[in-house]
Amino acid sequence: MRILLMGNPNVGKSAFFSRITGTRVIASNYPGTTVGFTKGSMKLGQEQVEVIDVPGTYTLEPISKAEEVASQMLQDGDLVIDIVDSTNLERNLYLTQELLERQIPVVVALNIWDDTKHRGISIDAAKLEGLLGVPVIPTVAVTGQGIKELVDRIPEAASPQMPERTPDERWAAVGSIISQVQTITHHHHTWLEHLQDASIKPLTGLSIAALVLATSFFAIRSIGEGLIGYVMEPLFEKLWAPLMMKLSELLGSGGFWHDMLIGELFDGEIDFFQSMGVLTTGLFIPLGAVLPYILAFYLILGLLEDVGYLPRLAVLLDNLMHRIGLHGYAIIPTMLGLGCLVPAIMATRILESRRERFIAATLISIAIPCAASQAMIFGLVGAEGEQYVAMVFGTLFVVWLVLGIILNHTVRGFSPEILIEIPPYRLPSWRAVLTKLWGRVYGFLREALPIILLAIFAIGILYTLGIFDAIAKVTAPVVSGIFGLPKEAVVAIVVGFLRKDVAIGLLAPLSLSAGQLVIGCVVLTMFFPCIATFVVLARELGFRGLLVAIGVMIAATVVVGGLLNLIL
Amino acid sequence: MSGKSQITVNHLQAGQSGRVVQIMGGHSLVNRLNSLGIRPGKRITKVSAMFMRGPVTLLVDRAQVAIGFGMAGKIVVEVD
Repeated sequence: MRILLMGNPNVGKSAFFSRITGTRVIASNYPGTTVGFTKGSMKLGQEQVEVIDVPGTYTLEPISKAEEVASQMLQDGDLVIDIVDSTNLERNLYLTQELLERQIPVVVALNIWDDTKHRGISIDAAKLEGLLGVPVIPTVAVTGQGIKELVDRIPEAASPQMPERTPDERWAAVGSIISQVQTITHHHHTWLEHLQDASIKPLTGLSIAALVLATSFFAIRSIGEGLIGYVMEPLFEKLWAPLMMKLSELLGSGGFWHDMLIGELFDGEIDFFQSMGVLTTGLFIPLGAVLPYILAFYLILGLLEDVGYLPRLAVLLDNLMHRIGLHGYAIIPTMLGLGCLVPAIMATRILESRRERFIAATLISIAIPCAASQAMIFGLVGAEGEQYVAMVFGTLFVVWLVLGIILNHTVRGFSPEILIEIPPYRLPSWRAVLTKLWGRVYGFLREALPIILLAIFAIGILYTLGIFDAIAKVTAPVVSGIFGLPKEAVVAIVVGFLRKDVAIGLLAPLSLSAGQLVIGCVVLTMFFPCIATFVVLARELGFRGLLVAIGVMIAATVVVGGLLNLIL
Repeated sequence: MSGKSQITVNHLQAGQSGRVVQIMGGHSLVNRLNSLGIRPGKRITKVSAMFMRGPVTLLVDRAQVAIGFGMAGKIVVEVD
């Protein structure tokens, strides 16, 4: 048996899914969090059944790609749990009406039930159940209220099989139901609602946006630095380094395994940035340097997501985004990219046209540094002075903007206007924020840690075999001639294909000037996405799109790297 | 015409409300707006508009919806 969770965007399907299946999926407070579909399973009586978290849709007549997915999936389901936002009953019941016309049993969850009271909404759930002819259960997916009752009543699910109607007839039916089950009493604006209005009006909105972004940046930087300075560095220097020095002696302070595991010693000491051993640099990069920033970034992003701030940013930045051929909602994948490019490129599916998806994915893969890259940039370039960090980020921002303007004028096709629902602000639950944070951090450790260790190991082997020297000789004209970097920097560029953080780390032993470091970081960020990003990019853009994106990438890197070399 | 003035959403002041009379657009635009609850007969309130022909935020029932300036110009409302 297969159960589908369906409903309008941002009604809490993912939170619901996590509740009933115990599977962790990313839930946020904005429409379009789920772009693919997620499968899980739950126990129903004695039977193990499959549960699918279907992307949100307003109607079964497909309008966007996500909605197409939703209406297709309906063919293969055996039962629908229709999740309805109780604070927006009228609009949500339209989809319910469409579902009731299909040959599939339905149960309705009146979700976000806890919000109805203070918003002056009162719904007669029993009467609604009578009118719809299917079970109706008030629920609060975030806290779990009503979920058990709903699951218990799944066997009562029914399919009234109403005759197919025109949209007008459905709206009329919805209108009649609403007038019988819902009463609305006037309520005064809460402070959250006042803040809501202020953050969407141009003047106050832009000021709030500047404040939010500045605070977020500052918070991420302070939390990241704090964790590194007070926790990770002491752990590595005071606890791990002495252990590794013992191992170094055991291995006889040299030889193949010493070079692989411990790496090079500087003045008889381990340098976690430069030693390049699997157990030294290999562990320090992901855990000591990157993890603190991953934690900090996803904590802040999670808060912004769950409060519901991001769609407001989309509206405020819509004008700017139109200059680069996108509309405001593209800011959401872009922000996700500051964490990791893989989910960011997948999230470009929330954009309607092919053209927008191409521009957004290309810009993200070229000009957006992921949290791991940023952590390394802060660590390496930050040591030379904050102005150099600003130079790296400033250059990347200009690249994003200029490249976007160029793509907007050259890529054919059409970019539609923004059309989004802006969710109300919600006070996030700490439990939900921390659960989501853990899911993302665990994802990083699971995916990145093995690749980083492998990369460090492979680099060691390739050095020993002298392969890098051979490559460096061939590529020297570009690397030294155009970018003004020592020819060995090509190793970093090659490794960038595996992991950007390791690649940036490889710039450390080259004793570069501050200007060269800036060029190196910009070139590494822009040139070629890491392998994980490359795979999703290929999947989302198709072979031809990928080739074009790569062409743009190479051209942009050479031009920008060359220009920087002339200036710095 | 009943003496009430019919204007597009772009001519509404922020804070002003009106009843949707007509959506002057193709099937696809009408469908997309309908699915967000913006359809003839519905009362909507303009919450704000960004400058330089930026998006317009509307209140439809209790939901806020942001739509492009172009779309907003195609929604005709009757001001009360």
